[in-house]
Amino acid sequence: MSIVQSILGSRALEALTSPHGVDRYLELVNPMWAAKEVRARIVEIHREVDVEGHPAVATITLQPTSTWQGHRAGQHVQLGVEINGARRTTRVFSVSSHEAGAGERFTITLRANPDGLVSKFLVEEAQPGQVVHLSQAQGEFTLPDTMPGHVVFISGGSGITPLMSMLRTLQRRTHRGRVTFIHYAQSPEHQIFAEELADAARTGYGVDIHLLHPELGDPALSPAWLERLVPGYRDVPTWACGPAPLIDAVQKAYDGSEELRVEFFKPPKVSGGSTEGEISFARSGLSAANSGTNLLEQAEAAGLAPEFGCRMGICFSCTSRKTEGTVTNVLTGETSSLPDEDIRICVSAPEGDCTVEL
Amino acid sequence: MSDKISLSPEELEKFGEEMDAIRQRVISELGEEDATYIRNVLKAQRGFEIAGRALFYLPPAWPLAVASLSISKIIDNMEIGHNVMHGQYDWMGDPGLNSRMYEWDNVCPSDQWKYSHNYIHHTFTNILGKDRDIGYGILRMDEDQKWNPYYLGNPVYAFLLMVFFEWGVALHDLEVENIVSGKRSLADNKPLYPGLMKKMRNQALKDYVLFPALTGPLFVPTIVGNATANLIRNIWAFNIIFCGHFPAGVATFTQEETENETKGLWYYRQLLGSANISGSKLLHLMSGNLSHQIEHHLFPDLPARRYPQIAEEVREICERYGLAYNTGPLHRQLGSVAKKIFKMALPPKRKQPDLSLVEDADPRVSAA
Repeated sequence: MSIVQSILGSRALEALTSPHGVDRYLELVNPMWAAKEVRARIVEIHREVDVEGHPAVATITLQPTSTWQGHRAGQHVQLGVEINGARRTTRVFSVSSHEAGAGERFTITLRANPDGLVSKFLVEEAQPGQVVHLSQAQGEFTLPDTMPGHVVFISGGSGITPLMSMLRTLQRRTHRGRVTFIHYAQSPEHQIFAEELADAARTGYGVDIHLLHPELGDPALSPAWLERLVPGYRDVPTWACGPAPLIDAVQKAYDGSEELRVEFFKPPKVSGGSTEGEISFARSGLSAANSGTNLLEQAEAAGLAPEFGCRMGICFSCTSRKTEGTVTNVLTGETSSLPDEDIRICVSAPEGDCTVEL
Repeated sequence: MSDKISLSPEELEKFGEEMDAIRQRVISELGEEDATYIRNVLKAQRGFEIAGRALFYLPPAWPLAVASLSISKIIDNMEIGHNVMHGQYDWMGDPGLNSRMYEWDNVCPSDQWKYSHNYIHHTFTNILGKDRDIGYGILRMDEDQKWNPYYLGNPVYAFLLMVFFEWGVALHDLEVENIVSGKRSLADNKPLYPGLMKKMRNQALKDYVLFPALTGPLFVPTIVGNATANLIRNIWAFNIIFCGHFPAGVATFTQEETENETKGLWYYRQLLGSANISGSKLLHLMSGNLSHQIEHHLFPDLPARRYPQIAEEVREICERYGLAYNTGPLHRQLGSVAKKIFKMALPPKRKQPDLSLVEDADPRVSAA
């Protein structure tokens, strides 16, 4: 593999395939051949839980191309699929399997979000054999190489996935310390990885697992409750992942402790047609109140000088990446809320909050 | 508004709305068919490229190798490169077909070309003094360009531009004529040099060093073959592009005429500033659908495969508004362009007063 890989990645081949690059030719023969790009074939789609009336959760096993550099426990990956054979849509998913090396299989575990194009497609429509597009694994929410003697994991809902990856990694590393795993779920039947967690609690060395369902009267997260569970918890290295309200509660409880590392998912902001909101220009760090005009004018009003051309949506000179928020194309009236989307800022008016890489 | 415009402001607005409606409809229909089409074109182009490169190892197949490589380069530049760089396939979210990332098999770096073409040419189409594609700063292609003895060489310059078209396109952004006339300084070009040099080097290295070297003893036939393929692509691209803007009947506009231009007037200018080539499906594919230059100028960011279908609607609208729709077979448009190249080489005949009277009497004639 490595000889082939170094030939494919060589400067000579790059020069011969200039300007398109080696991958643009390889993908036409076999999408699993790549010199630089990362793709993966879906090997298996396994339903974790499927409660009637609720979105299903599935674990998807992916065989990446040999260009995949592997992942550390807790990292996530951007995954793109071509929905209806045309538009590629990309979303971020946490890796749920234990840490693994270059080119090795891994899994993601996700809920089929009813408003989520990609997650719904992956859980409900995708078939083994389909090829998806990947980024390399990303994220700093990871385990250190040298593990402390005692760690706390706190998660809520599908925020369990990166922590599950960590737990699985620790078990493979035959970690000799203690793990206190606190997880909040909607109900016992919504609990993903229930069997594996039970196994880990029974057979794992020093693994305490607390599955909580506040709707059934289980205690909510509070400093007093945490203190009873893990005395001196603020000094214990802790990883927390879940919805924003849970992370808020955790951050309050840890009161600025440096031992806490968090990762949380923000639901997409929908403004409902109003223009009120804040425009953030991510690269320059500026922000301004949404004035309702197109993003190019708003950026210029904020003192920025983005590239532009025709100012009427035909030349694509001003194309910039919108990372968050909803914009309306003033030419077509079409609104779009996709994160990480390339838009022509001269004909895009933001609704509500919006973040652009300018 | 100029009296050269044959529609009333109300008619222009309605005309613009009809054009917008076409655009809107096509955008709402974009999907799998368009994606499959461009992917298939891409596959075919790569196939011709690989076949062409491989056939150079088989000396008797030399003409076939050149033909195959020429077809590959033409499709790469026209139906794929030109159209992808217009953002026609950005909606697919595929980095391989994205206007910001696509680089074509041509010595002109894509970002520099996108500035002079997508922005300057497509925004200021046929506005004298603003659209640098009128004559490319080298030729005299319009009566309103002031004649001087330099233009006696018009046919020679046109011929040279045709032969070295990709190099001409690459150097277009340097605006040499504006440097000569003092409107632009050499320092303005400095940021363009690194990208330009790198692209020229990579293209030359591939076609004139690496691939010929790989064929070993067949080095000379291969290098000649690659040069020939580039030449054929140049001649073809030059002719298609000149047929799109320079046949008889294409209108140019002054800057005064286009001040405070409405959307309707913008469409009007795009329509009358362009010309089509009628012909077969193969001609449309090989010209990157620039045989539908009119539709391309009206809707530069719609996938070009849609132009033939849109063309029927545009023609019908033109008939209703009494607007000229300039189209003709390749040989006729080529003849018309050649005639203009020669005619513009010579100083204009003095205008006869009764001619301008005729123009005033029927503005449609002069606008069309």
